[in-house]
Amino acid sequence: MNNAIGTTGLILNEPLLWEKGKRGRCGISIPKQDVPSADIAPSLSGEGPDFPDLSEVDVVRHYTRLSQWNFGVDTGMYPLGSCTMKYNPKTNERQTQLKGFAQAHPLLPTELSQGALKLMYELEKYLAEITGMDAVSLQPAAGAHGELAGMLIIHAYHTNKGTNRSKILIPDTAHGTNPASAALCGYKSVPVKSSEQGVLSKESIEAAMDEETAGIMVTNPNTLGLFEENIIAISEIVHAKGGLVYCDGANMNAVMGIVNMGDIGVDVMHLNLHKTFSTPHGGGGPGSGPVCVKKHLEPFLPVPRIIEDNGQYVFSEDFPESIGKLHAFYGNFGVMIKCYSYIRSMGAANLKRASQLAVLNANYIKEKLKDVLHLPYDRPCMHECVFSDKHQKSDKITTLDMVKRLMDYGFHPPTIYFPLVVNGAIMIEPTETESREDIDLLIDAFKAIVEEAKTDPDKVRNAPTNCKVQRLDETAAARNPCLTG
Amino acid sequence: MRYLPHTEEDIKEMLQTVGSESLDALFSMIPENCRRSEDMNLPESLTEWELDKLMENLSNDIAASPEYKSFVGAGSYEHYIPASAQYLLSRSEFVTSYTPYQPEMTQGTLQAIYEYQTLVSRLLGMEVANASIYDGASALAEALLMSIRITRKNKVAVSQLVHPLYRQVIKTYFKPSGYEIVELPYLESGLTDISGLKDLEDFAAVAVQSPNFFGCIEDLHTVGEMAHEKKTLLVAAFTEPLAFGLFKSPGSLGADIACGEGQSLGIPQAFGGPALGLFAGKLKYVRHMPGRLVGETVDRGGKRGYVLTLATREQHIRREKATSNICTNNSLCALASAMYMASTGGTGIRSLARLNYDKSEYLKSAFRNAGIGIPFEGATFNEFVVKLSGGSRKAYDRLLKKKIIAGLDLAPYYSELENHYLFCVTETKSRAEMDRLVQEMTS
Amino acid sequence: MKEIDELNLPEDLNYAEDHEWVLRDGDTVKIGISDYAQDQLGDIVFVELPEVGAVFNKGDEFGTVESVKAVSELYIPISGEITGINKSLEDSPELVNTDPYKNGWMVQVKPGNPDELNELMNRNAYLEMLKGME
Repeated sequence: MNNAIGTTGLILNEPLLWEKGKRGRCGISIPKQDVPSADIAPSLSGEGPDFPDLSEVDVVRHYTRLSQWNFGVDTGMYPLGSCTMKYNPKTNERQTQLKGFAQAHPLLPTELSQGALKLMYELEKYLAEITGMDAVSLQPAAGAHGELAGMLIIHAYHTNKGTNRSKILIPDTAHGTNPASAALCGYKSVPVKSSEQGVLSKESIEAAMDEETAGIMVTNPNTLGLFEENIIAISEIVHAKGGLVYCDGANMNAVMGIVNMGDIGVDVMHLNLHKTFSTPHGGGGPGSGPVCVKKHLEPFLPVPRIIEDNGQYVFSEDFPESIGKLHAFYGNFGVMIKCYSYIRSMGAANLKRASQLAVLNANYIKEKLKDVLHLPYDRPCMHECVFSDKHQKSDKITTLDMVKRLMDYGFHPPTIYFPLVVNGAIMIEPTETESREDIDLLIDAFKAIVEEAKTDPDKVRNAPTNCKVQRLDETAAARNPCLTG
Repeated sequence: MRYLPHTEEDIKEMLQTVGSESLDALFSMIPENCRRSEDMNLPESLTEWELDKLMENLSNDIAASPEYKSFVGAGSYEHYIPASAQYLLSRSEFVTSYTPYQPEMTQGTLQAIYEYQTLVSRLLGMEVANASIYDGASALAEALLMSIRITRKNKVAVSQLVHPLYRQVIKTYFKPSGYEIVELPYLESGLTDISGLKDLEDFAAVAVQSPNFFGCIEDLHTVGEMAHEKKTLLVAAFTEPLAFGLFKSPGSLGADIACGEGQSLGIPQAFGGPALGLFAGKLKYVRHMPGRLVGETVDRGGKRGYVLTLATREQHIRREKATSNICTNNSLCALASAMYMASTGGTGIRSLARLNYDKSEYLKSAFRNAGIGIPFEGATFNEFVVKLSGGSRKAYDRLLKKKIIAGLDLAPYYSELENHYLFCVTETKSRAEMDRLVQEMTS
Repeated sequence: MKEIDELNLPEDLNYAEDHEWVLRDGDTVKIGISDYAQDQLGDIVFVELPEVGAVFNKGDEFGTVESVKAVSELYIPISGEITGINKSLEDSPELVNTDPYKNGWMVQVKPGNPDELNELMNRNAYLEMLKGME
């Protein structure tokens, strides 16, 4: 490969904040003291924090240099499976900075916040339409928070019926957060194995589902990138035993305008606005994880809810069966603005096309790489495809080695060692915003690495060499944690 | 559509490669009865310029400074944010990267979070801080769950002067587990009544907010001593961390866990979110902590570097036994606050905290001089309660017409506090604006 | 990872199906994890042990071992009361990797039912079991 985009750049060193600066500097403009200084009881007064004093230039250089050690979607392709690292449109960022949005206080009388309420109200309607569900709450602050909301709703539903169920079914192809979210509601996870085809069978659910079980948490499409084709039959089994179907909607990017989650038996689901709806991931958040329900679960949604009355919007707490509040205010409004902008920019046709192209890109990669990488489930995939390092075992090269080498070629690695049902998994999700040329470069890079694994395995084992640092000693970090400086 | 790079030719050739006749045919593995029959009903797509107009119109329908003068805090505070911090935060290498699971490619995020953990620890006087929780309310709920894990006791005591909305969130988190919450009443002084603490047996934690919801500084030290006597943990909550630029930190007063809202530290109010859950504790409890942690280590060449560490606490590894289900947190907000704390430095944050204190004391005495009652006399930071005479709603509405938002009516949160309003003053309010407020209220 | 014939499996120990070893030592026994187990886990970064005085039934979880990206439960191979724990693992968990049978021991137990010791495997039986797992 001659045209790899990975190269060594001009990477500057930069110490820790407190290794620079000088007492007496200040990087912020302090307003004038236009009032007298007031007394303070010495017993209450502290020393103030031991922060380094830096000038504005010090701060600007510090973070500019740090940013240059980072890789983002704006830098290059980020095919992280199940994370939907699509392009984050810049106009969305602009909108959040509008004065009214940025400065809105959450507790003002609602007549002073109509613009915010209208946006949220309409966004709820759009998300209901896209998922085919009946009602939405935007309050959960991230995907796992949305899962928690969903589990609390299921718990409240059963409690309201006067029953107390103790278990929840979780397939081996579900997302990793699911068992922890269920545990917060006191549910014991019952693992369910997927079939040889990589999907859930009717029989396995029939065997596992009983009247002690609150429901099932299914990720659809699942983490193998496969559509759970028996979902309707599975839902019927779960419903017949009085259970509910929760869908982890993290992979919604595969099926916008193609599947109505409400029509295939899903009772409650969450979305990740920072995946499907183009809001940036921010190096680990903030996200937003709206929870969407069918009519029969609407009474349980978090409060406050937004009510429209003759073009005026108000908050209402008057939902006695609600699970309550999950967030101090209304959730991550700033993220909602970006999602709203995205949906309004795309419209129905482009959203559907985004899903189609995401699926096309993933299948294209699957076809192009299946000769060099082991493909454990060789069937049409949705928005992501999962390979493994099985063919490289004989060269003693692992998934980790290969993806570290991918960095030197200028790509962020895919998700690795997940899902657990595939040993040494390499889970690639290109998303629709990657062009064919860029995807071809990724394919060429993988092919080159597979070749290197045979001809020059040490080069792969010692990768990456072009980054700010080489492979880091994670064992030492965990044995002797150094968490503050 | 400008976000979709595929040409018709690309699509045709790629379909050929995958052996599919059309884009629709790509979905052949989805059974017919699972397919959506009609198109999504959404508004038609907008150009970038149409979107700008739409969003401007929406945002103009929200009260904002400088047109409005707001004296409301209550967990969301108006502070100036330096242009430098806003500008740095928009660096797309930070904004568009994922959680730093691949440390060689995300040293920027990792070092920044390590610095954030350090600055937060120093601000709160604690030994270790995590990489953030969603907001102050969820941080407090997580802190109480952590206390229950540490002590293996299943009751907690929570002051009624913890932000009322935070207390609602705790109830939501606790409902299915059946853990018990006992509320501690408050005294006429505007402080938590801690006399009952000596009778509490088998409590995992006592949670007290300081400055509390009325802005008053609580006696955390005494609460801590009483709690520790009963082998109960002290969870110190807060909504306004700028207070610790001037007042004693929760750690120095004996807190086992300090948690609260960090929005004040350089994060726009944004209608309440995204905000920032600050979360810090004692090192001996670190394995019980929720959320991500970044630690220092070295690379193969011996060079200093940073990684996510102690991940075995987390949901993706420990699954149902994880210390929390949190995964995505509010990392970029944490970064914003680190930039803000780096900009103020130790000297600056003290001056700024002092200025906030002085300004609110100024307004307090201006109210007193105008004959308006200040029911809770103790020390406050930034916020305080005033008692208006009957018909206060009228005065509030009259000021609203003049685009002055005269505090937060406390009656919806504390039914016994009719005609009581919570006022907030930060560095953004000038003396002239405060004088005008008092004048309008007494006219 | 080690091949089976590279494993160090001392003759004087008994082994359990969950890869713990047991050493008789007068009235008490010492328990740790086998060379096979430590090799599978990789670099061990933390060992969580019970308090002295805790009482367990055979098969109960008595602690956990953590590598960087995995947590494994430890199951007690015989019933009894914990009479001692290896405190040096607190600061040096790597002893489980480097010296699993001597300095890497985990707990000392006073057996509640000494007959259970006879139900454990000897070296050969354990080796056969490992071969069967291949």
